[in-house]
Amino acid sequence: MKPKTQRLFLLILAIVAVLAAVLLAMSALKDQAAYFYAPADVAREGAPQGRNVRIGGMVKEGSIRRAADGVTIAFVVGDDSPHTIAVRYRGIVPDLFREESGVVAEGRFQPDGLFVADEILAKHDENYMPPQLDAKKGEHKSESLK
Amino acid sequence: MIAETALAALWLAAAMSVLQLLFGVVALRPGGGEVTSAMRPIAVAQALLVGLSFLLLIQLFLRTDLSVGLVAANSHTMKPWLYKVAGAWGNHEGSMLLWVTVLAIAGAAVALFERRLDERTLIATLAAQAAIGLGFYAFLLFSSNPFERLFPAPLEGNGLNPLLQDPGLAFHPPTLYFGYVGISIAFSFAVGALITRDVGPAFARAMRPWVLAAWIFLTLGITAGSYWAYYELGWGGWWFWDPVENASLMPWLAATALLHSVTVLATRDGLRAWTVMLAVVAFSMSMIGTFLVRSGILTSVHSFAVDPERGAFILALLALYIGGALALFALRVGTVKEGSTFDLVSREGALVANNLFLSAILGIVFVGTLYPLLIEALAGEKLSVGPPYFNSVAGPIALALVAVMGAGPLLRWRRDRVTDLVRRLALPLAITGLALLALLLLAPGLGILPLVGLVVAFGVGAASLAPLWKRNLRRTPLFTWGMVISHLGIAVSLAGMASEAAFTKETLIAARPGETVRVGPYALRFDSVAPIAGPNWTAMEATLTARRGDGGGFVLRPQARTFNAPRTDTSEAAIATRLDGQLYTVIGKADEGGRWQLRLWWKPFVTLIWLGGALVAFGGLLSLIGRVRRRRRDGESHA
Repeated sequence: MKPKTQRLFLLILAIVAVLAAVLLAMSALKDQAAYFYAPADVAREGAPQGRNVRIGGMVKEGSIRRAADGVTIAFVVGDDSPHTIAVRYRGIVPDLFREESGVVAEGRFQPDGLFVADEILAKHDENYMPPQLDAKKGEHKSESLK
Repeated sequence: MIAETALAALWLAAAMSVLQLLFGVVALRPGGGEVTSAMRPIAVAQALLVGLSFLLLIQLFLRTDLSVGLVAANSHTMKPWLYKVAGAWGNHEGSMLLWVTVLAIAGAAVALFERRLDERTLIATLAAQAAIGLGFYAFLLFSSNPFERLFPAPLEGNGLNPLLQDPGLAFHPPTLYFGYVGISIAFSFAVGALITRDVGPAFARAMRPWVLAAWIFLTLGITAGSYWAYYELGWGGWWFWDPVENASLMPWLAATALLHSVTVLATRDGLRAWTVMLAVVAFSMSMIGTFLVRSGILTSVHSFAVDPERGAFILALLALYIGGALALFALRVGTVKEGSTFDLVSREGALVANNLFLSAILGIVFVGTLYPLLIEALAGEKLSVGPPYFNSVAGPIALALVAVMGAGPLLRWRRDRVTDLVRRLALPLAITGLALLALLLLAPGLGILPLVGLVVAFGVGAASLAPLWKRNLRRTPLFTWGMVISHLGIAVSLAGMASEAAFTKETLIAARPGETVRVGPYALRFDSVAPIAGPNWTAMEATLTARRGDGGGFVLRPQARTFNAPRTDTSEAAIATRLDGQLYTVIGKADEGGRWQLRLWWKPFVTLIWLGGALVAFGGLLSLIGRVRRRRRDGESHA
């Protein structure tokens, strides 16, 4: 191959590779970008089916119920809107998981609207609030997630 | 007086960097030769001054001088001395001072030891470095003065963020910073070479040790950070795609690509423009890393300063440096001469593929990390991009990259034949086939990704060792050993990741003391729960006796801790390491019936993940020693 054709070939190859990567990334992002849902979002857009998402909000007062096996809990997440999401989780909840405080859960929606969480992420200190909710409350605090 | 002396030294260091920049500009002009001899001493003086300033800051922390605002905000008289020292950089101002100190010391090292680079390119390099340093001096002196006094001085300090009171974490930021700064030196070399139009093998050979050193530190930093998250957070995972993790991964990806393209430039004089471009990209990534972590734009475990003004300052620096470098690149790329050519089936071809794959992964991580920030800035909407995106998009490309990594070192430089390559790959391919067969027979029902991961790990592991095949091992150069060990480390890491994903066993149960719980090959007797007290915490501690088959038992003691001030609950996992994996135990809460939640994992071969990371870094170290030694020998023979 002549040097010039080779440079051209490599250049085209590089452009194709980077374009492919970006296209791949963008198409995946389109699926994943709406990754975080608050109860109001679910009420507006419907519950996403068949993929992992995060939901977040405040644990409703008096909503935490423990199942007989000792490791499954059910609770209700709400936000400023009148809507709520029912969540079921099997696992050890983080230390600061409690009623009336912020929570982010990762998992899937069931067809009936129940959210089954694989993982609960809770704040690390008293001031934490999920960043996505925080903005809605107007006051910005930056603290750790997980 | 210490704080004032330190501040004065910092101002003088900043003045030195101005001088270094000005002298550099003058020296590069026609007839400006007479100031050339001053460049090296100025670079050394700058390093001494800023080094003094940093040492004095540590001294202030050791004495807990509460009249200094930074000390009062981040330290406490009762803190152990290790955390007093670490406190000096465990905050925004101190870490920025560390950044510029490492930069200046590295600059002095270039000035003192770099003898093979063309004199004019060296001067341009030192000037470029002074320009980078200058931005950080301005940042420190005008926006984040670490030596500001507080009046009246408080009686006691605030203490260090409890999350940072961990020996591993005390040394984590400096490790990453050494990596970032090492890359900035490589960037200065590239700018220097662009200015003097001297992009060639000599420049690549001068730049390579710096890229290598930076890359070693980044590798160590990422590995250590991953292990910290794994044992400290108690959730059993080892990578979270947290933006701060990505902030260290992106420069690593760019530096890895640069490391390989610089090798092509140094040995075969190819990929000239591309290498310079990568140096610019790698430095941009380390600046973006600093920006992401330090600007408080992210919500993360690691970011502990929120100040929009500072974020804007770093962003402005970022735009200035990257924009400037890209403009220079655009202006000068036409004058970068064509390097020598090669066939696509050749060592160079494989390295080009390596670079393309790495760049693609970098692009994916970059888009995923910054997209949410962009959307928030433009549309005011908060969203998060999570692990599913990164895993599904970057995972397959990473596997392809690893496969290329196995074959690349077996190719000849310049041109090779596919049939020869296949012959050389015969043994690794056979091992790959055997691994596939064995896994299909022994572990049916394995998921597709873990299966591919394990098979590739075996094949690439074998292929990595192939360059040593039929060689006299005692006469094999150290940097060949380094390459072999680093590549093997990647295969080892991959094997660990795939095993962890494929074979982890989990048991989650509420149990009463006296009961026995099973996980994987282990039976754990839950002996008791008792309260215990530490220096500034209390905890409920479980005692579990683990037994495997008829073997002797060993005890694990996971804790649920409560810190007194500030009140924080943490769970301390108890982890037992065995040859074939780790037993990971966490204790949760008690219920009314006296049952305690227990979460137990048996993670076969999970330690390979970090062992592999350590091997990668060790291989880098061997290469570095090999290169430096050869250079010294060549230097002597030239003299």
